[in-house]
Amino acid sequence: MDNSQKGGSGIERFAQMNQRSPVKGLSRSPLAVLDKITISGENPVILEEHSLGQLVLRGQPTVLEAALASLRDLTLPVKALTSCEQDYDCIRWLSPDEWLLTLPVEEVFDVEKALRDQTSGHCAIVNVSGGQTVLSMQGVHAIDVLKKSTSYDTDLRNFEVGKVVTTTFAQAQVCLRRVNVAHFELIIRRSFANYLFAWIQDASAEYGFVFNRSDSQA
Amino acid sequence: MLRIYCPICEEARDEPEYHYAGQAHIVRPSDPDQCSDQEWGEYLYFRSNLRGLHREMWYHAAGCRKFFNVLRDTQSHEVKASYRLGATPPDQEEVRL
Repeated sequence: MDNSQKGGSGIERFAQMNQRSPVKGLSRSPLAVLDKITISGENPVILEEHSLGQLVLRGQPTVLEAALASLRDLTLPVKALTSCEQDYDCIRWLSPDEWLLTLPVEEVFDVEKALRDQTSGHCAIVNVSGGQTVLSMQGVHAIDVLKKSTSYDTDLRNFEVGKVVTTTFAQAQVCLRRVNVAHFELIIRRSFANYLFAWIQDASAEYGFVFNRSDSQA
Repeated sequence: MLRIYCPICEEARDEPEYHYAGQAHIVRPSDPDQCSDQEWGEYLYFRSNLRGLHREMWYHAAGCRKFFNVLRDTQSHEVKASYRLGATPPDQEEVRL
């Protein structure tokens, strides 16, 4: 932990701490207790959990745009419900002054610090990696599982590739992005992970279901 | 179920994504110390309960988490217009046509 000071004023002091434990095995993903789960079916829904670093960026787009461009090869999406993806990085529009950036978990603390250094004024960089988890859902029937779970119109005409919507999913909320025609990314709260996992497993049962975790350490 | 257009997300969404946030365009008295008890009480507690076009605030709780204004007909529940906070409300007579 280091106590950073910005602008020479005591008011702006805050603690910067790397949320990820250096001890392997201490930080676990919310679904770490689950083993690989398979329900046989012809075209199974494939669910994966990814351990990604997640940062919430809040502030004026002009300030954040410049800071982001200097660190990552990303353009801040200022148009509503859009995202920008490059290699392993992705930034999503959440609201006119709020964005969610995901990046490899090993790099998140360095980027968090660098973004703080490069922004000033009324903005906030918050590491939410431990509070949310990223699921990817693929397969020809992934869309059918979504149709059972959310009232949002997920048809390709309305929900095109790259579009991001924050909406209701089952009895919880999700930040939903279409990665590809039959590939969706769901960002959910850690505390709802077990509930939503059970929901997705149940909704997928008729098509077949496979659950993989990309890495047990999140 | 209401379908409400969110002017921030620029899309119509279903009602469960939103929370109702009360009557819109209520102006806080500029100097509360100079208010009579009646004026302050009316500002705090008294709301119009009209039949017809009602200007109200809604909160997009499950979406962009912003407040905005809605012009809704309390008789038919028809949502006539949505506009951002601070924007000029659409003319009620004009909307009625």
